[in-house]
Amino acid sequence: MKTWAYIDHFQGEPVPASWEALGVAKTFGEVTAVILGAGLDALAQIALEYGADSVLVADDPALADYRAEAFAATLTALITDSAPQAIFLPTTTRTREVAAMSAFDLASGVLVDVTALEAQDETILATRPVYEGKLFEKVTCSARPQFITLRARAFPKPARQAGRSGAITKAAAQAESKTSVEGFTPAETNVNLADAGVVVSGGRGVANDPAKGFGLIGDLAKTIGGAVGASRAAVDANYIPYAHQVGQTGKVVSPDLYVAVGISGAVQHLVGMRSSKVVVAVNKDAEAPIFTQARYGVVADLFTFLPILNAAFKKKLGK
Amino acid sequence: MKIITCIKQVPDSEAKVTAQNGQPSWGEAPLVINPFDEYAVEAALLQREAQDGEVIALCIGPDSAKDALKHALAMGADSAILVSDPALGALDSQGAARVLAAAIQKIGGADLAIFGRQTLDEGTGLTVSQTARALGWPLLSFAGSIKAEGGKITVERVIEEGKQTVSAAAPAVLSVVQSIGEPRYPSFMGIRKASKAVIPVWTLADLDIAAPAPVVTRAELLNPPVRDQACEMLTGETPEAIAETLVEKILAEKVL
Repeated sequence: MKTWAYIDHFQGEPVPASWEALGVAKTFGEVTAVILGAGLDALAQIALEYGADSVLVADDPALADYRAEAFAATLTALITDSAPQAIFLPTTTRTREVAAMSAFDLASGVLVDVTALEAQDETILATRPVYEGKLFEKVTCSARPQFITLRARAFPKPARQAGRSGAITKAAAQAESKTSVEGFTPAETNVNLADAGVVVSGGRGVANDPAKGFGLIGDLAKTIGGAVGASRAAVDANYIPYAHQVGQTGKVVSPDLYVAVGISGAVQHLVGMRSSKVVVAVNKDAEAPIFTQARYGVVADLFTFLPILNAAFKKKLGK
Repeated sequence: MKIITCIKQVPDSEAKVTAQNGQPSWGEAPLVINPFDEYAVEAALLQREAQDGEVIALCIGPDSAKDALKHALAMGADSAILVSDPALGALDSQGAARVLAAAIQKIGGADLAIFGRQTLDEGTGLTVSQTARALGWPLLSFAGSIKAEGGKITVERVIEEGKQTVSAAAPAVLSVVQSIGEPRYPSFMGIRKASKAVIPVWTLADLDIAAPAPVVTRAELLNPPVRDQACEMLTGETPEAIAETLVEKILAEKVL
């Protein structure tokens, strides 16, 4: 099966789940990595090192800024030329748009936020969460190519082999777009929750002193190399910016370790973190629903327990 | 300014949803306007307040979906239209986009068509982009604020990496995020007006299109796997002892 992997990036910085998409594509045989943007030489080489057999780049200054229409039109043109059977993409805000538009152009479909897949002949049967993760559905796409966007961290990341080589082919960009980018202000802190291997999240339990509570949560996250998350209650109360929100109206995370601190565990939070591998809950209330999702639980006041836990980690990890 | 806000009706977020014989079931839980779409209605009302004009709420669904449209009317939308047809049972995102585009054209177009970022049921987030494609309008997605001036629409997109200012000429399709502003509560007058409203129902024949054939189809609907582990509550003489036990347990899991 002729299979592509779409490498998503923001101004040349790749989304790590792109390599997971490349790894999945590779299980179907030879894989071409497709990259759209400007100044892509370094990224094309990294794609080869993660296992791409060849790379197809539309490298054009006109694609320096992401614009959905231009990226979709370019991808549609590349697909029309080469007719791949399946394209695997990481699930990001950009790929949802590019895949949606390109699939529309080609009268095909997109299987979004896929967490598992099987192949029957050349048709992919993809498992994806629906109803906020309360249910899962298995879906197929009857047209070609099949666009499949993969949930971050649902599939293994292939090993990178330095110096691996392959053909890099340049293709033309379709730069026309009805939208123009007029400015960009980078986020103060890049909260990359979806790709995080460790997440420490805080909730309403910090209410007595939110600044101190999230300070302690940040300290622990730093010690164990994690990102900081939050429940909707904490975000709604303005304890922490929305970018940190985990849950149905925030981000879905699947880290190896999720530490929930002072989070009671409302359904809408649980759907955002329940695919985590190991969940640890710290809460004053022994009856909090979060404990039903946890492997390890501690009933304690976070303001006293977190500094002690942080010290214990530091000692063990030699920090 | 004419603004169409595209909404959907979904089971309430608190509902316990299970798969029963391959179909989703939410028991007695209420169906509500998709929470993300309330932000779309709010965004439309804010634009009407800034620019004058009218807000039309549009929904595809069964007759019961009129309740979601009535919520939009109660919030302040001027009118509402339901697209309903027995042939629309198996719509995928692309099909929904084609139907919405046909309805928007039948309305006579608009300056803006505003969507929520995604729905709580299927949650693909594809329909907004595909509706833009079907209409041939530009897409301005994840808007946290909207400014309309002399036919030019400028939005501040709230994305993972930061805030991006993007513009396009109207008409445009927009999706909005929470920073657009908290959706207003329906007023008493609004609820009264909505309860009396007669909502027109358009069929596929009214739109002069055939039912779009789905490309993406569901083979199976499954309940999630049950977590078979019980939570191990860690206890000890002192918080220090508990912390030490927890650290050892976590390190033994090899997740750090």
